[in-house]
Amino acid sequence: MSEKIATREAYGLALAEFGAQYENIIVLDADLSKSTKTEEFKKKFPDRFINMGISESDMMATAAGIATTGKIVFASTFAIFAAGRAFEQVRNSIAYPKLNVKIGATHAGITVGEDGGSHQAVEDIALMRAVPNMVVISPADAVESRAAVKAAIEYDGPVYLRFGRLAVPVIYDKDNYVFELGKGVETAPGNDIAIIATGMMVGNALEARQKLSREGINARVIDIHTIKPIDKDIIVKAAEETGAILTVEEHVVNGGLGGAVAEVLSEYRPTIMKRMGLYDQFGQSGKPDDLLKLYKLTPDDIADEAKALLQHKP
Amino acid sequence: MQQNKIEFLEEKAKQVRADIICSLASANSGHTGGSLSATDILVALYFEVMNVRPDQPKWPDRDRLVLSKGHAAPALYAVLAHKGYFSRDHLWTLRQVGSILQGHPDMKRTPGVDMSTGSLGQGISAANGMALAGKIDKKDYRVYALLGDGELEEGEVWEAAMTAAHYKLDNLTAFVDHNHLQIDGFVTDVKSPEPVDEKFKAFGWNVLYINGHDMNEILEAVEQAKATKGKPTVIIAETVKGKGVSFMECQAGWHGIAPNAQQKEQALKELGAEINV
Repeated sequence: MSEKIATREAYGLALAEFGAQYENIIVLDADLSKSTKTEEFKKKFPDRFINMGISESDMMATAAGIATTGKIVFASTFAIFAAGRAFEQVRNSIAYPKLNVKIGATHAGITVGEDGGSHQAVEDIALMRAVPNMVVISPADAVESRAAVKAAIEYDGPVYLRFGRLAVPVIYDKDNYVFELGKGVETAPGNDIAIIATGMMVGNALEARQKLSREGINARVIDIHTIKPIDKDIIVKAAEETGAILTVEEHVVNGGLGGAVAEVLSEYRPTIMKRMGLYDQFGQSGKPDDLLKLYKLTPDDIADEAKALLQHKP
Repeated sequence: MQQNKIEFLEEKAKQVRADIICSLASANSGHTGGSLSATDILVALYFEVMNVRPDQPKWPDRDRLVLSKGHAAPALYAVLAHKGYFSRDHLWTLRQVGSILQGHPDMKRTPGVDMSTGSLGQGISAANGMALAGKIDKKDYRVYALLGDGELEEGEVWEAAMTAAHYKLDNLTAFVDHNHLQIDGFVTDVKSPEPVDEKFKAFGWNVLYINGHDMNEILEAVEQAKATKGKPTVIIAETVKGKGVSFMECQAGWHGIAPNAQQKEQALKELGAEINV
């Protein structure tokens, strides 16, 4: 786990890589191509890159118009603008007609860091998950991000892809990793408790698992990269086999991964659970690591919550 | 222009207006005023200007129309039906459960609808997207967008206006259905977008100004737009909301309501159209 790459970096590189094979990919950005890393695509395929300027709403509806001609369109900006500012364009011009637009939303979550709460999307998963026809993907590392981009290309319809700013450990082996849209990944085995995480929290969950194992607790780690449609089976199975579910996300606990898992469990297998994430809070400025400590999303915090939850396990 | 061509279009517009009235009366809801003001433009486009194949609505090389003022859907539907995209019988199912004709245009349900619209300001962006794709693919299809004048209060319209000029989308022609009324009253009273022509000029567009109920002027303006290279054209069409029906003309109150049975009969009589529903 020594190598660290931001998922946004992997996103840009994947676009540039797959752009050669898929000649009908068009990439749009809203003056953030250096940050979203779509500049990697722009360098290789300048004729298929369109800078929309600082006009996110216009960008999303333009992407929809391009998609009506049979193109695969990636529209990129920060998550706060993609899911927030342009929500209604995404809803009405992209999702309602189920057009083939992939929203590459980078800089999600509090690990945006110093730019502060105004730029840290902590509600984008909830917003996008509520929209009919929208697939929501939140990859854990660079390997999964590349695979997610490929899966999004091969899927016909709108996809929201959530990427982070911060360099995070590579946890998967790129030669063996298999991405299946809508299927969670059992990243590490264990039967005492299941930690279900998404995005960079999968890496933190794996570290928490190591800490727990030193205390004799075997935690299963499940990576839910596709938050919608969610993998009901892997969640119910984890509930049946471990009896305690801890969810972790860099997002508010309402309507995101924790909400989605709670919906599955309460309908199919009521199980004690705890949601880790932001509780009715915005983020703020600070170094990403300091923010993770402040909002209790470090591996230590996850291990502590796991132990606390186990106290309540029947 | 050949006189018989103009007479044909005018007769078509009369039939389309009658079908708009009947479909709205049948739905018992919908947007009457802005459908009637946009009718002549849509008839001219579909029956004279646009290169389309009603039996092949998704033909990749077709000209496209985005009804950015999506609430004028009844006018678009009547035109599409007359053009042969689907049976006129569908017009009497407007806004009903299961109908192919939704309250606002839905490209997934209605053959011939090139873009789902209704939320104002978004259609012009989508039209830009189609025009950009045409440039990238070196295709010579043209894209038409129809906006309302109230719609110009949406900020996205001006984001899109910048996009079209910046990318020199001379394959795009936008119409503004300048009927001067929106739901809450006169456009200039609610929040004036005037001067509309100066604004588009400042945004880098070729601007034409016409009577939107004169077929000759509509067709001539389209030809001028086609001949204009390096910039998009906007045709500001001076129109009358509720055009063709005396008691609907210039009435903001007729923005979002449908005629009742008696009003329908009166309207049809004024339009002088033969109607068999």
